[in-house]
Amino acid sequence: MLRQFKPAIYIFIVLTLGAGVIYPAIGYVIGQTIFKNQANGSIAYMNKTPVGSYLLGQSFSGNIWFQPRPSAVGYEGNASGASNLALTNPKLIQNIEQLANDYRRQNGLPKTTSVPADAVTASGSGLDADISVANAELQAPRVAKARSISLARVQSMIDRATSTSPSFIFGTKVVNVVTLNLELKEMKLQ
Amino acid sequence: MNVFGGWGFLALIALLVVTAPFLGRYIARVFSDEALAKDTRLNRIEGRMLKTIGVDPKVEQSWKAYAASVVAFSAVSVVFLYATERLQGHLPLNPTHVGAVSPALAINTAVSFVTNTNWQNYAGESTMTMLTQTIGLSVQNFVSGAVGLSVAIALVRGLLRNRSNTIGNFWVDLVRSTTRILLPLSLIFAIILIAQGAVENLTYVKCITTIADGKQCIPGGLVATQEAIKELGTNGGGYFNANSIHPFENPTALTNFAEIYALLVIPFSLPFAFGRLTKRTRDGITIFTTMMVIWIASSLLLLHFEVGTNQLNLVKSSNISSVATAKVLPEGQDLRISATSCAVFASSTTSTSTGAVNCALDSIEPAAGGVALFNMMLGEVSPGGVGSGLYGILIFAILSVFIAGLMVGRTPEYLGKKIQSAEMKLVVIYLLLSPAAIMIFAAIAVILKTAKGAVGNPGSQGLSEIIYSYVSTGNNNGSALGGLAANTDFYNVTQALNMAIGRFGLMIPVLAIAGALAKKQTVPASSGTFNTDKPLFAVILGGTIILLVGLTYFPVLSLGPIMSHLQSAL
Repeated sequence: MLRQFKPAIYIFIVLTLGAGVIYPAIGYVIGQTIFKNQANGSIAYMNKTPVGSYLLGQSFSGNIWFQPRPSAVGYEGNASGASNLALTNPKLIQNIEQLANDYRRQNGLPKTTSVPADAVTASGSGLDADISVANAELQAPRVAKARSISLARVQSMIDRATSTSPSFIFGTKVVNVVTLNLELKEMKLQ
Repeated sequence: MNVFGGWGFLALIALLVVTAPFLGRYIARVFSDEALAKDTRLNRIEGRMLKTIGVDPKVEQSWKAYAASVVAFSAVSVVFLYATERLQGHLPLNPTHVGAVSPALAINTAVSFVTNTNWQNYAGESTMTMLTQTIGLSVQNFVSGAVGLSVAIALVRGLLRNRSNTIGNFWVDLVRSTTRILLPLSLIFAIILIAQGAVENLTYVKCITTIADGKQCIPGGLVATQEAIKELGTNGGGYFNANSIHPFENPTALTNFAEIYALLVIPFSLPFAFGRLTKRTRDGITIFTTMMVIWIASSLLLLHFEVGTNQLNLVKSSNISSVATAKVLPEGQDLRISATSCAVFASSTTSTSTGAVNCALDSIEPAAGGVALFNMMLGEVSPGGVGSGLYGILIFAILSVFIAGLMVGRTPEYLGKKIQSAEMKLVVIYLLLSPAAIMIFAAIAVILKTAKGAVGNPGSQGLSEIIYSYVSTGNNNGSALGGLAANTDFYNVTQALNMAIGRFGLMIPVLAIAGALAKKQTVPASSGTFNTDKPLFAVILGGTIILLVGLTYFPVLSLGPIMSHLQSAL
């Protein structure tokens, strides 16, 4: 048994150099030369100032913004995670009902309006940048009114922020809230 | 078909069936005796390197020496990883000034990554430095998979050798698994991930002013390279707390599909490598088919429960509409990752020993979570972890020929090796040791008030969380029902013990079986030999696996997920 420790230590060092230093270094060089934008977090810029990542949701409050999905970590970038509430947990059902009522109130919708499920459930990463198309369209009149712009204009922004790529396989059509709200903000500057 | 998002699932099956035989052939070529003897440049470099540290690659080891090498290497790994976690506060690549990991958590994490479990009682972004992630955890992702693969190859050699005292050289197998299989595949996969948006930088954390003038700190690190081996090595330990739900680990629908494929491809290719090495292609195909059928069945079952039920019914008083075609509440799910892929990912991650998740398993339909639990209870053989899946199913194959032999009253044999009392004793240890440990630890946790208090959901779902945590650690899976707040001394220590028993308590009997089989003479097949390359054997093998697990675990399954399912009225 003891005889095995010498090769164990040496081979451990060699493999650590290979898998822990050389391998990530190659990945780093490829990332920073060929895929610089992606490797650095797909950063969104406004006037050359970084304002977030297209992949990470942010929190937006107020009627002038499209609201992202509920988050268990409050869109803190250096945390991530889900609520882990089970479908059998009464607290989850309570939360959903509360969020549905809030959603209807904020968007001026009648009590009978059906609310898209993504608007009332916390995402898995806590950083979901996407909302459903139905969710965006229900929020559009409120945003248009708060910004005094036409609904058609907001609708065209939603169309531009809707990605078609996830339907490639296994996916659904989604609207990226960061893209959408960034366009709203840029419009204000013009 | 719409409800099941059938195209993605069918494409995945097709891709695996087409590519696994090629990868299997390549893996067989890496480990065959002819390849080891060949005088290629790569072999010369490898040989010279091994010789300088006192290992002669041409000298094979007995099963005892092989096992001692496995244990010594794993011990060195645990010590190094533990030390790195404890000292990380004083080491470089720590821009956010993270302190030392607490002793109990550090030992849990060290054992977890060395045993290919990757159970995580911590959040990566706030607990580990970039150094610990990269030269500590990520390296174990490679070598723990390589150790599993080596042991599987040693068992295949045991079946193959005739009156031999040796089963190969662990150091050669370990180095070859890492450098010729895992590293090249990971590099290719890492590049795909980076191109799609997985991050690979040294910025670590970059704080910015958001669009609505708030603050957000964007995390970074060498994520893509770690993510690649996390799936390919069936490890599953996420760089970030949210694992493969995190947009920087799994940014698009394409990476989501690729990650499911990556965590399945090596385990599914190993039966082909086995068929090639033993020159019994049809035996390999029989094992592959058994694995494939169980995996497809469990995926369909998970899809049925998660996507096929109307979860919106749960919120009767509020009017909630579905997001896509399926009536799923996407609690714990990100929208770019569909509920369909969540189900297929969950069945794949628990059928292998990966344990990565692309949706929060505590929030999926309880019976769907029960299927995930059942997959792990099978001992992860459909297709199982890198290496551990193959040796696991070969142990079940030996048990199956034994049972079949008893039924007709003949001495059972597998691949020309007589299966006798010595091997069967070891097989029984392999099959019972881990379930016994799992049930004992879970029973203690349920009795202890503080341990019981760690559950995050009331009722039978809480029991499921505890059971799941020990089944997951005992089978070296690492997925979790995340509501359980398990970062306590009790869970850290009992889980670490459970992981070590589930890994080495099984590997050592496997190597002993390999040694015992290698010593035997290979007998030619006679008219009374039970054919192990026919569909009938696949049926007996599959039946043995499912019945054995059903009998062991059914009571606890009915108290946990089955009860939750009935309560939820879905």
